[in-house]
Amino acid sequence: MSEQKLQSQTVQTTGHAWDGDLQEYNNPLPVWWVYTFYATVIFSIVYWVIYPSWPIGKDWIGGMSKITYVNSEGETKTHSWNTRALLLQDLNKAAAEQKPYFDKVSGMSYAQIAQDPEMNAFILSAGRALFADNCAPCHQAGGQGVVGFFPNLTDDDWLYGGSYDEIHQTLMIGRRGYMPAFGEVLNGDQIDQLANYVAKLSGSGHDAAKAAAGDALFHSETAACFYCHGDDAKGRKDLGAPNLTDNIWLWADVPGASGDEGKIAAIRGVIAGGLNKGVMPAWAGRLSPEQIKVLTVYVHELGGGQ
Amino acid sequence: MNLNFKHEWIETNIGLMAVLTMLAISVGGLVEIAPLFFIDKTVEKVEGVRPYTPLEQRGRDIYIREGCYTCHSQMIRPFRDEKLRYGHYSLAAESQYDHPFQWGSKRTGPDLARVGGKYSNQWQVQHLVAPRSMVPESVMPNYPWLLTTKLDISDTAARMKALRKVGVPYSLTQAELDANIEKFGETVAKQLHIPDAQKNLVEQANFGNYDGDRSGISEMDALVAYLQVLGTMVDFSKYADDAFVGNR
Repeated sequence: MSEQKLQSQTVQTTGHAWDGDLQEYNNPLPVWWVYTFYATVIFSIVYWVIYPSWPIGKDWIGGMSKITYVNSEGETKTHSWNTRALLLQDLNKAAAEQKPYFDKVSGMSYAQIAQDPEMNAFILSAGRALFADNCAPCHQAGGQGVVGFFPNLTDDDWLYGGSYDEIHQTLMIGRRGYMPAFGEVLNGDQIDQLANYVAKLSGSGHDAAKAAAGDALFHSETAACFYCHGDDAKGRKDLGAPNLTDNIWLWADVPGASGDEGKIAAIRGVIAGGLNKGVMPAWAGRLSPEQIKVLTVYVHELGGGQ
Repeated sequence: MNLNFKHEWIETNIGLMAVLTMLAISVGGLVEIAPLFFIDKTVEKVEGVRPYTPLEQRGRDIYIREGCYTCHSQMIRPFRDEKLRYGHYSLAAESQYDHPFQWGSKRTGPDLARVGGKYSNQWQVQHLVAPRSMVPESVMPNYPWLLTTKLDISDTAARMKALRKVGVPYSLTQAELDANIEKFGETVAKQLHIPDAQKNLVEQANFGNYDGDRSGISEMDALVAYLQVLGTMVDFSKYADDAFVGNR
């Protein structure tokens, strides 16, 4: 080939030969490649000057690029570029953008927030994001809860009270629900009587004679249910003791049980076994006061609080 | 000296070529990693970080055994979105007693660096047994056997001894225990004493009752104890939000 001949005349070989006559051309690198390489070398030197680079003894060179931020103490500080300083700058910027809204949130009463259409929109979007990150794993995305585990936040029933202040308190300090296991102090008949009474309270099918006996037990010192659930069985929100008369069920899966006997068995299970699992974590340390206030209003709106 | 000769010499000596190749590719690592051992500020000086208690340590072993790290990272990066979702960025100090660390590199599930205290024990148990009963859109596998498998505590001390060999300050002697009391306070130091490992593990499991079942110590007890301590050792309310900026 003529081209090959031309190359063999103009391009030198590397000079060594294998198997007697196998040689290798020594083509020069393309010019664009060589200059790109030099450019990357120059870039790296510029980079060293601007950003943190060389370690020196126990410290390092911070570089010329600086970041200015305001810290949580309110001091303005300048630090050589790093991602931690950059984060604070980012947070400053976002906080400045959200400040008008959060200032309004902390300055307004709950009722004012709920009535202000603009704040309502803010609560809906900010609250939904906060709820999804922090509350939905237990209370579910829509706040509907899980029977047997976590309360429904969209109904009218509030274990610890549904006013703004009560919801706020629940968010701040968390909750720990507890009911003793009555299987240890009452016999099977007594628990069955109580279960029939509780079924009667919310209008489920029951045995009238057993329910009457359960009524007496409920208000007796033997079982002493009334201490927590109240004389009228409507619960005590200072203890988180549920209202037993509203046919809203959290712990006993009465709606999911089939037949009157199944429903009463579900109630029996809770009375006998007790409960020590209604734990809500405290959020005071994890979320800011404004975020908790946003969530308070959001949760209040979910169920039409009290 | 002839350049061509030298090149040929390397190419025809496979042993030499392997050595030189290793030298060439280790330069990048040496330049980036070695200085960190000499720089004072690599690991933040922060209060509260301690080695895991025997029960938490066993939970960590189960975390690794079940491969949790393949889907969950434990490294909150200093970005605004991560701060808002997970909390304060992870400090190097917080994984100083982790061998190996569980930073991870893939998030199919959420980051777990600060999952401690975020959910109740009961949620953790139910979520591990049947994730979709708690989070309908979850793709996490079920781990029901954790609840039914009794925790093997016979080798607790041996596991702590192994970690002690790689630098975790679990104590074997009275002198080491005294040093730990000085460093971590008496309550924590006693938890880190290897001769008492099994007793401490049983006590913590029975007191905490993490799996909600008092009849015995299950693997669930250990794993939930571990999850509930993640990211909770440092009290960030004690520090200004730029307290750790100077460390990078």
